[in-house]
Amino acid sequence: MLEILQYEFMINAITAGILASIACGIIGVYVVVKRIAFISGGIAHASFGGIGISYFLGINPIMGVLPFSLLSALTIGTFSKRTDVAEDTIIGILWSMGMAIGIIFIGLTPGYAPDLMTYLFGNILTVPQSDITMMLALDAIIILVVYVLYKEFMALCYDEDFSTVAGIPVEKLYLLLLCLIALTVVVMIRVVGLILVIALLTIPAALSREFTDDMRKMMFLSISFGTAFTILGLMLSYYFDIASGATIILVMSSFYLLHVVIKKWRTISEKPFEI
Amino acid sequence: MGKVIDVKDVWLRYKDLTVLEGVNLSIEEGDFLGIIGPNGGGKSTLLKVILGLIKPQRGTVEVLGTTPEKARHLIGYVPQYNPSNLDFPINVREVVLMGRMGKKRLFRKYTEEDNAATEKALETVEMLEYSDRQIGELSGGQRQRVFIARALVSEPKVLILDEPVTGIDTIMQMEFYELLKKLRSRVTIVMVSHDISAVSVLVDKIACLNGKLHYHGSKELIPEDVEQVYGCPVELIAHGVPHRVLPKH
Repeated sequence: MLEILQYEFMINAITAGILASIACGIIGVYVVVKRIAFISGGIAHASFGGIGISYFLGINPIMGVLPFSLLSALTIGTFSKRTDVAEDTIIGILWSMGMAIGIIFIGLTPGYAPDLMTYLFGNILTVPQSDITMMLALDAIIILVVYVLYKEFMALCYDEDFSTVAGIPVEKLYLLLLCLIALTVVVMIRVVGLILVIALLTIPAALSREFTDDMRKMMFLSISFGTAFTILGLMLSYYFDIASGATIILVMSSFYLLHVVIKKWRTISEKPFEI
Repeated sequence: MGKVIDVKDVWLRYKDLTVLEGVNLSIEEGDFLGIIGPNGGGKSTLLKVILGLIKPQRGTVEVLGTTPEKARHLIGYVPQYNPSNLDFPINVREVVLMGRMGKKRLFRKYTEEDNAATEKALETVEMLEYSDRQIGELSGGQRQRVFIARALVSEPKVLILDEPVTGIDTIMQMEFYELLKKLRSRVTIVMVSHDISAVSVLVDKIACLNGKLHYHGSKELIPEDVEQVYGCPVELIAHGVPHRVLPKH
């Protein structure tokens, strides 16, 4: 079991898994408690535009995704706050618009697009050292921002109207939170890919909510869940030689659904006469 | 006695619907004003205009001699009951502490002073022993007390309550009104409610709102106003205490 740790790619994979779990453990809590999973999915998918443009320009796709995902976060956030179009309509439109941009640019790029599947579905076993460094930097930014604005983010998620009256710049902070989601998406691309980001962003946080009422504890717990699931998924994908991103997601969702079923079964068996 | 809130000729439209039609309202220091009116009559909207959350297309709003935005730190706001975030991972103390936030306190942790003010506010509403409870574990009445504490913790000059007894059982409502009676000597209170009879016992001035605002700076309702606002004659009977809302005729 431990002999796989002698491979550098395995150490990198585990490090990437932990770094991704930290980002989505923290930000996922906000996504879950503020119920913005759909908007997060929109930011993630729209970021595909950044991948397409990077291929076209011949730069490292992760570098191209960073500005593009921040741009999609700001666009989706601004449109949903400032226009009177229904929020989910705006998200749906920008979601597919970003992907369409990506597809057009990939089409315009001469030749075959290598590793495209990696960005869509992740491949944790091929994370290069340079990406690890960037993930580390993004994690540091996320932790720092959440540390200094912890009380404001909590208030904003709990009660926007009251927070506005209390005098905090709600709209700016909301856009900042969406930008943190965008950074988290970038951190996770290598691990599970754009398409599967939303699972990693919601499952560990939603599961941790089942065990505590404290937001700080939720964050630590969801980082732990994320790390455990990612490493378990990584091992399974290595031994069975199956896609790593998808395996990680399947491990997570199975655990979550299992938890829901057990919980339901317990409540039924505790109250046998209730219909 | 100075003017606390001064609303002048405020008009507000949502698409094709005129919600506020030339609303004029001035509230003096120490007033306890009840705003009643049918659902969709613009009651919550008027409060949001006073709070500066919505900009009217026409007219001006002054709070404590300045704009609503600048006066915000002097307003305690108790929003309408929102059942959707009951399972939010936040406890009573954290909810009340929210009232201590502000632009100048951005990036800072809560201080000892904030904690002391929070304890005091929770004591005022008799909820101190529930400090560590998750907000969704409380009953509707208890939760409303916590929201009052959150509004009080910033030591506001005005307390603005939006339908504070919605979803609360009658006994808890009575207790809640007792709390408001206690607070009225401390702050100016503006309360929106559709419970006309309870409001009329509690407050000392009543305004009726249905697009247009009917207000005479007093507690007595003129039957013609009420009829106009609700679209039909309304029987006004106070429960609990015998109390006449309509003038003798």
